[in-house]
Amino acid sequence: MKALRNLVDKVKPTFAKGGKLEKLHWVFDGLETFLFTPGHATERGAHIRDGIDLKRTMSIVITAMIPCLLFGMWNVGHQHYLALGQFMELGDGFWDKFLFGAIKVLPIVVVSYGVGLGIEFLFTSIKGHPIQEGYLVSGMLIPLVMPVDTPLWMVAVGAAFAVVIGKEVFGGTGMNVVNVALTARAFLFFAYPTMMSGDKVWVSTSVEEGQKVVDGFSGATSLGHAASGAIDKVTPMMQSFWGFEAGSIGETSAFACLIGAAILIITGIGSWRIMLATVLGGSAMAALFNWVGPQIGNAYMQIPILHQLMLGSFMFGTVFMATDPVTAAQTDTGKWIYGFLIGAMAILIRVVNPAYPEGMMLAILFMNVMAPLIDHYVVQANIKRRLKRAALQTA
Amino acid sequence: MSNTIRIRKGLDIRLKGEAEKVLVQADPAKVIAIKPTDFHGLVPKVLVKPGDKVKAGTALFADKYNERVLYTSPVSGEVADVLRGEKRKVLEVRILADAQTEYEDFGTGEPGSMNRETIIQKLLKSGAWPVITQRPYDIVANPAQEPKAIFVSAFDSAPLAPDLDLVVRNHGADFQTGLDALAKLTKGKVHLGVSDKTAAREFLDAKGVTRHSFSGPHPAGNVGVQIHAISPINKGDLVWTVSVQDVILIGRLFRQGRFDASRTIAITGSMARNPKYVRTVIGAPLKDLIGGVEGKVRVVSGNCLTGSTVGADGFLGFYHGQVTLLPEGDTPKFFITDGWATPGFNTFSANRSFPTWLMPGKKFAPDTNQNGEERAFVMSGQYEQVFPFDIYPVQLLKAILANDIEQMEKLGLYEVAPEDFALCEFVCTSKINSQSIVRAGLDALKKETT
Repeated sequence: MKALRNLVDKVKPTFAKGGKLEKLHWVFDGLETFLFTPGHATERGAHIRDGIDLKRTMSIVITAMIPCLLFGMWNVGHQHYLALGQFMELGDGFWDKFLFGAIKVLPIVVVSYGVGLGIEFLFTSIKGHPIQEGYLVSGMLIPLVMPVDTPLWMVAVGAAFAVVIGKEVFGGTGMNVVNVALTARAFLFFAYPTMMSGDKVWVSTSVEEGQKVVDGFSGATSLGHAASGAIDKVTPMMQSFWGFEAGSIGETSAFACLIGAAILIITGIGSWRIMLATVLGGSAMAALFNWVGPQIGNAYMQIPILHQLMLGSFMFGTVFMATDPVTAAQTDTGKWIYGFLIGAMAILIRVVNPAYPEGMMLAILFMNVMAPLIDHYVVQANIKRRLKRAALQTA
Repeated sequence: MSNTIRIRKGLDIRLKGEAEKVLVQADPAKVIAIKPTDFHGLVPKVLVKPGDKVKAGTALFADKYNERVLYTSPVSGEVADVLRGEKRKVLEVRILADAQTEYEDFGTGEPGSMNRETIIQKLLKSGAWPVITQRPYDIVANPAQEPKAIFVSAFDSAPLAPDLDLVVRNHGADFQTGLDALAKLTKGKVHLGVSDKTAAREFLDAKGVTRHSFSGPHPAGNVGVQIHAISPINKGDLVWTVSVQDVILIGRLFRQGRFDASRTIAITGSMARNPKYVRTVIGAPLKDLIGGVEGKVRVVSGNCLTGSTVGADGFLGFYHGQVTLLPEGDTPKFFITDGWATPGFNTFSANRSFPTWLMPGKKFAPDTNQNGEERAFVMSGQYEQVFPFDIYPVQLLKAILANDIEQMEKLGLYEVAPEDFALCEFVCTSKINSQSIVRAGLDALKKETT
């Protein structure tokens, strides 16, 4: 470490004020503080500080997403070969599937980080503030919520839009109003609808010579089937739970999301209140539909509660998107309301709205915007309680 | 005894370097210093000049805006120097101490038979008055006002804090007399907060007070938390607080007629050579008490969450009953070995991303590195876990940062002192200096409302 430290110290003046590469100072600073937690000692107040910092926090969220990423890679390959009619059994061709998925997915990850971090570097250099860790998580979330066949240029445009409009215009990390990764997803969804929804994008059907897609193949997701009334084609629940179905790269496996949830809850990085509230909200709405469905003869409404939660991006959104501490409600009471409404609204949009087969993204974005209002009322209640206390005492 | 009030939110930081329960008498200090900077917001009017002879209890400086409030010498001797900093701000008044302390005579008396104004006069004249602090604003109390109640916390829950049961031992009569004097200062009650582990009869048998028992982690011993649990401060309320050592000091003033500034100090911290209890006086040079330091050591007068850095040549602060020695942490940490990506078996954290939450018995020796850089508020719910007030801490801090006076009032700034936010500052992922923010908020509020 000494050698590395010496090297860093040796090149440091080049990036300092007056140095040759002065403009890249904050980029250098970002790399230096990545390698070495700075020797900033406390000056006043609490002389000792907790070991946690934003870098560690963010890297734990990324760790929590790794099961989704790895499973997603395999599933991309799995779905691809199913479409070609090869390796039909789950256990067959593991490495072929994984390799195919990796070749498809890794470039998206690289482009997401490359473009997003590049723009962050640009902003830090122009605005003269340190690189803040925010994009570390967004950079991984963006690939995981994309359909596998998203062109790389589109990923780049989405990431750029997210960083600039979703975050930097609000002042950077910690200041954004809506979830950065979802901003990218929503932008692409509305800008390039044919590439982001429908039944052509979820399974990679690129073929090499001598291969062809099997007859009668449909690339629709379970939710696509359900929305079009083909309830019988919805993936069975256990299959949805493990994630053997078409969908966004990292979102299909409820199981992988649950591993992530466990990591986030045990470390205390992700709010269990929001996760639980979202699940409760989704369950409540699904239960309501279960009750109403038979009376009006709507089959979609009758999908069992648990199954609803396993489908689409519900679990992924619950664990990784709704819990984004910056855009979620900040107060404990607020978190319950916020999460509950996300869950309820996601199922509501999904089942009732004819235009969108999935509602999680819109539900979270909508509640991101509402979160400050929820917090406002929670805090107002606190203020009222305190004023009442004062009145009681003087009375 | 009333029911125990359980404080659920908080955090006990497990540190190495607890003071051994041995009390030694320190050698008489040769030089002592009284620092006007220990009293927040004080503009001192210096009353002595170098060469003047003083006794213990002779006024050194007064509050420029309230000249009845005197700050007096804890020892007898000769004024050596009046140290000034930028803009001629008075930093220290140093006194070369006599080998034998001579005391000004303020006359003995039984507080029970004295009236309020006589007691106040005596406290003011002797220099004992500044031990009484007030909330809101966490400043020296104004003798012209009357508080709705007076609070004394009989236990300290801060990291490595001195055991007040031991401090009060052999001073029971002084403590009781001090309480009797305080009882005369308010028409309300004198509240004594004890811990469910308090065993000292001096506390448990104290008369003329309303006793409350508390249990739970730090900050249960903070007087602010106790006030909040017993009788919260609303807008327009005024309460006074006094520490146990200072109640004893007041008691001694009435029983012996002199300003005897003796203190029992706990020498603590992982860098302390022999952590123990020492009997000394306010303003004593720490060098004598800690026996010198080697290498990069931070010497803190007070505890590691709220104390002030004084350096190895510094002096004991006016309100402090503890000295903490910590390893200085001003060197960069490689990210894998001991930086942000370390497994962290030796890192104490309230966050469970460090495995140390699985080692409940282990004690730690953290250095003073900030462990990261300052960021915007990102994580939510962190402060709330260690902040046992019915107050939204982050919202309050944001109101202060926005300088929104009305919102600060509504969100409860009247109730808190910077020390109540010390744990928030400790656990903060974004490394936000909340104690300074609270202090700035209190200053703004005071300026606006008085």
